[in-house]
Amino acid sequence: MAGTGTQSWTAVDCDVHPRVPNMRALHPYLDEYWREQVIDRGIETLESIAYPPNAPISARPDWRDAKGEAGLDIAQMQTHVLDRWETSAAICNCLFGVQMVYNEDMAAAFARAMNDWLAKEWLDRDPRLRGSIVIPLQNVEYAVDEIERCAKDKRFVQILVLCMGELPLGRRQYWPIYAAAERHGLPLGIHAGSSYHHPVTSLGWPNFYLEDYLSQSQGFQSQVASLICEGVFVKYPKLKVVLIESGITWAPGFLWRLAKFWRGVRFEVPWVKVSPLETFRENFRLTIQPLDAPESGDTVARLIDHLRSDDILLYSSDYPHWQFDGDTVISPAIPDRLRRKIQVDNPLATYSRLSEEAP
Amino acid sequence: MNVDVRPPMQTERAKRVRPAIVDCDIHPRTRSPADLKPYMTQRWWDYLQTYGARRRHGYTKGTPYPKAQPGEASRRDAWPPGGGLPGCDLDFMREQHLDAYGITHGIMNPLGLTGQGDQNREFSAALTSAVNDWQVAAWCEPEPRLKASIVVPYEDGEAARAEINKRASDKNYAQVMLLSRTAEALGRPRYWPIYEAAVEHGLVVGIHVFGYSGWPISNSGWPSFYIEEMAEHETACSALVTSMILEGVFERYPTLKVAMIESGFAWLPPLGWRLDKHWKRLKDEVPHLRKAPSEYIREHFWISTQPMEEPEKPDHLIDVMGWIGWDRIMFASDYPHWDFDDPFMALPPSLDEERRRDIFAGNAQKLYGLA
Repeated sequence: MAGTGTQSWTAVDCDVHPRVPNMRALHPYLDEYWREQVIDRGIETLESIAYPPNAPISARPDWRDAKGEAGLDIAQMQTHVLDRWETSAAICNCLFGVQMVYNEDMAAAFARAMNDWLAKEWLDRDPRLRGSIVIPLQNVEYAVDEIERCAKDKRFVQILVLCMGELPLGRRQYWPIYAAAERHGLPLGIHAGSSYHHPVTSLGWPNFYLEDYLSQSQGFQSQVASLICEGVFVKYPKLKVVLIESGITWAPGFLWRLAKFWRGVRFEVPWVKVSPLETFRENFRLTIQPLDAPESGDTVARLIDHLRSDDILLYSSDYPHWQFDGDTVISPAIPDRLRRKIQVDNPLATYSRLSEEAP
Repeated sequence: MNVDVRPPMQTERAKRVRPAIVDCDIHPRTRSPADLKPYMTQRWWDYLQTYGARRRHGYTKGTPYPKAQPGEASRRDAWPPGGGLPGCDLDFMREQHLDAYGITHGIMNPLGLTGQGDQNREFSAALTSAVNDWQVAAWCEPEPRLKASIVVPYEDGEAARAEINKRASDKNYAQVMLLSRTAEALGRPRYWPIYEAAVEHGLVVGIHVFGYSGWPISNSGWPSFYIEEMAEHETACSALVTSMILEGVFERYPTLKVAMIESGFAWLPPLGWRLDKHWKRLKDEVPHLRKAPSEYIREHFWISTQPMEEPEKPDHLIDVMGWIGWDRIMFASDYPHWDFDDPFMALPPSLDEERRRDIFAGNAQKLYGLA
């Protein structure tokens, strides 16, 4: 249940993106060895091609500053999102490409620096902000260490990984991460993006950036299948997984497919005792931006009916990415009766740490 | 374990219902590779004996993800009494499938040892050509209800074009057949000679799931289980439909018709919505597109039903079928594979008679020009 402080909450924005401007911004948060390394080796940035900064989708035009940059300035985020939509809390998901690094020591150093940077430069400066712990998935021990280190700060409410990594996320070697997640009440947030250690499609590297962005939803489907089939929720039934910037309309059809196959070949994964549809409703949540559905008609209402759950969608602006215009964070295609649930009730039920540390 | 209850049930139902059925996905097999020898030169027959098929995975025999049933994923009751693998015996196929269900036409999609996607380009051309000869001689000539698919060495566009040109005048072939897991996504220009030849001859391009691209089957690397591989066939189809549209295949070949086979279909409307949504924002990257991506899907793609997604409420599937278009959905059984859909059981029960007729036969008859 939500603590007393959350009763007046109006909206929890489950996906905003503060942007690390460049590696120099992390210098103060690196130890001497790694500071020297990044300087001597000329590592200027880890910015990912998943969001080319000038691509239309990477920032809404009215959220770009005079130089065309977005997501760099906390005052702007306050004006554009937090004040404008009376946000009670917003979860910061940093997408600086730590996941692309091959060297696991380097990845751990960068993840530490980023999390410290987020706490100091953003969370300390606005009590509405919460953070996601970026982990060096390149080495599971390091990842768990980073979770343990950051979890002491209750403003960190989630663990953040990308939907395309080196191995499917259900693989057993990652399970210590899920044990830590469950221990600390931290959902696993899977955000759009890739380590680019594999092509973004199973048919190789595509021609267009548009294909790259579209392929994210395929990555989310793979991760849902992997997490369920490997038995992650059998071992960690309380683990919540939040699919962030995933799109939502692929979910019912994909789950019908997976559930059918599970009925056919469940002998292969005998630990999976209930239909993937039930596990999905119990353990998975999806953020609402981008809403990849027709904006008119009853399609969205029918899709929500297909999912057979009102608990599954979480409010998000995806700031500063350009997914919608004006003030329609919640598309008019989403039934009104779900508004309060999506904005407040579902996020609070998903992120237990939100109510623990209510301002 | 063979299940004996099926044949009598089928016969009784067949008497009662009897809709005309075009089955868009039947898998014929050779009794042994020697069935193909008459259609191969000595050089390539010897090559097959010496090196075997080299698909883009590591196994000489079998598949990287072992299937769910023996006999290359066959129904347990489909083993012919006379021996051989399920799907190799025409008489038994007639008895168990074509006659039992009143199939008026069956479109054959050969899988397994067909040469499609083999790493050796010339061997791929030789073997696919042999498989095309064999389909007609062993199946279509004795059984006119069966139609062949032109299998092609698709990684070599020009060789594939030559094979299509060689077969196109023979009305036993209903379509050109590709697999979904190609080395690159099927929109890439290397595959355009295939589309050019298909359009020139008025042939449908049927894309059946499977094959080995050589890339991991998920964009996060290799999953552990066969169930995941099965699920991932859809993600490959999403990527290839996306690629064909965005690369401009349908602007270049406006009369091209594509049938997706054994891919399921509930993924297609969401893919169209997602394409439209993000295309609106990023359309400057693909200025050659003249309409919303979902319109290309609506105009150029047909889908076959199996493996039909199974919602908790069966009628939810009717929403999805409506979003795809009632004139675009064609029945397929996948005989003799284990995940076979029974024509008498498969469609949502509340579907009306007219739509049932279109899905069972009308749509495929129109697409493939079957009388």
